Amino acid sequence: MLEAYPDNRLARVALWGFAALVMAFLILPTLVVVPLSFSASDLLEFPPRAYSLRWYENFFGSATWMDALRTSLILGTLTAAIAVPLALLACISTNRLGGRAAATIQGVLLTPSIVPGILLAIGLFFVLAAQGLVGTLFGVLVGHVVLAIPVACIVLVPALARFDWNQVQAARSLGADWARAIGGIIVPQLRISLLSATLMAFLTSLDESVISIFVASGRNSTLPKLMFLSLRDQIDPTIATISTLWTAIVVAVILIVTLRQKS
Amino acid sequence: MSVAADPALAADGRRERRFFLSLSLPALFIVGLAAILPLLWIVRQSFLTTAGQYSVGNYEKVLSSGLTWSALATTLELSLGTLVVCIILGIPLALALASTRPRVANVLMAFVMLPLWTSILVRTYGWLVLLRRDGLINAALTGSGLTAEPLPLVYNFTGTLIGMVHYMLPLFLLPVYAAMRDIDTNLTRAAASMGATLGQVIRTVILPLSAGGIFSGSILVFIYTIGFFITPAVLGGGKVNPLSIRIERTLSTFQDWGSASVLGILLLVLMALIAVMFLTARRLMAHNKMGAAHA
Repeated sequence: MLEAYPDNRLARVALWGFAALVMAFLILPTLVVVPLSFSASDLLEFPPRAYSLRWYENFFGSATWMDALRTSLILGTLTAAIAVPLALLACISTNRLGGRAAATIQGVLLTPSIVPGILLAIGLFFVLAAQGLVGTLFGVLVGHVVLAIPVACIVLVPALARFDWNQVQAARSLGADWARAIGGIIVPQLRISLLSATLMAFLTSLDESVISIFVASGRNSTLPKLMFLSLRDQIDPTIATISTLWTAIVVAVILIVTLRQKS
Repeated sequence: MSVAADPALAADGRRERRFFLSLSLPALFIVGLAAILPLLWIVRQSFLTTAGQYSVGNYEKVLSSGLTWSALATTLELSLGTLVVCIILGIPLALALASTRPRVANVLMAFVMLPLWTSILVRTYGWLVLLRRDGLINAALTGSGLTAEPLPLVYNFTGTLIGMVHYMLPLFLLPVYAAMRDIDTNLTRAAASMGATLGQVIRTVILPLSAGGIFSGSILVFIYTIGFFITPAVLGGGKVNPLSIRIERTLSTFQDWGSASVLGILLLVLMALIAVMFLTARRLMAHNKMGAAHA
């Protein structure tokens, strides 16, 4: 866009220097924890004077952290398993209905992603408290499902807009009922989009902290809730370990997805 | 005979419409149960006294408290501050990215988006490590002799703002970058060939044409930051108390569900006001553009 100004070296250098600083600002906090996770010390010294795997042992050896990890993985899996089919049906519905009905349905389904998390969290807490369900897996699960539905829809709406509906009409005219048309045609054709919707729904749940903080408790505490509590109380280097593992997994997933798209 | 006039076909169409509507029901049901009902419950709870009677007592109590108004001010300061810093940092970065080849820009964008993919707690922890009294940045500052004393960078407003900007900047950048990418390069070339300086091109061509993206990014920043909880809770160290933190404290420390609900409704009203403000501004902007086109 600025190629009309090849001579303006100074402005170019200034712009890129500034851009590099801003990018460093964005990436630094994620990277700085990696060496700390391998530190041998109780203190957060940087760079660490000696290296060890003691914080990894601490994490994988702690029943509390492992319980939280298990809870988070179960929640993420259940969230994806429930939110993606519901989102798929809803997106098929809005795609076929069109007009005001579709806009209204989409508006309602988007509400959880617009309303501040803290409001959903305390509202859900009140409702669950009235039913005696605070601290149950169910309470956190429904909260995560409503947050994951809009995320899944973001992937599925454009995929369904590209979908050739003549195939479904052909199948229907040949006697397939809707269940068969959806299971036999729509699902296989959208499998890539469904896969990324599943992944994003899973990540939404894994990353969600505010609802967990208010609604989960005891053995049902999620990993983010435990991380939050230990960040607020003292700075435990175990968090550096979790952060490193987390970043590594995310980078791996992104790399796999991009490489798959290229091939 | 027209399609609409055939009663059998019309009935078929209605049946199919009902069927499509029913496909949305499961998702609508769970959103109603776990999002709409909780929000309505907050409204109900805000009118309930601890004795279980309906009254406006909670509202009187919350709205007459100075803590509420200072929380409101802190909320707005954090959101506005985040927006201003995002604009200062984001627009030059978007400009730099938009002026490189798409291949390079895509790789750089992946780096920029990396924070979006990592947990907010991971990032908050990273900032704690960097900003603490004995953290990396203070060690660098005192070590190089730039400052004699470590600066108070975290457990205060500054730290909270840094964390919030770090969270919002990639989200702000996306629409701004997209808008700048869409600008026809012939326009900047034309301006240059007519003798416009670089500054003039940025001011009179690039910025006006990416105003829509900057606007969307700003809305995103406001909608997200107004309810931020994790960042002020960890990086504020108890000294930064926006509405979200007051809600949590009222609920868990004072067990005052009614007042917490009133604060929640205050947050909703604030969000609605800001949304209306932005929508009005957008309509005015569109109107002005039309006026300019006619003139």
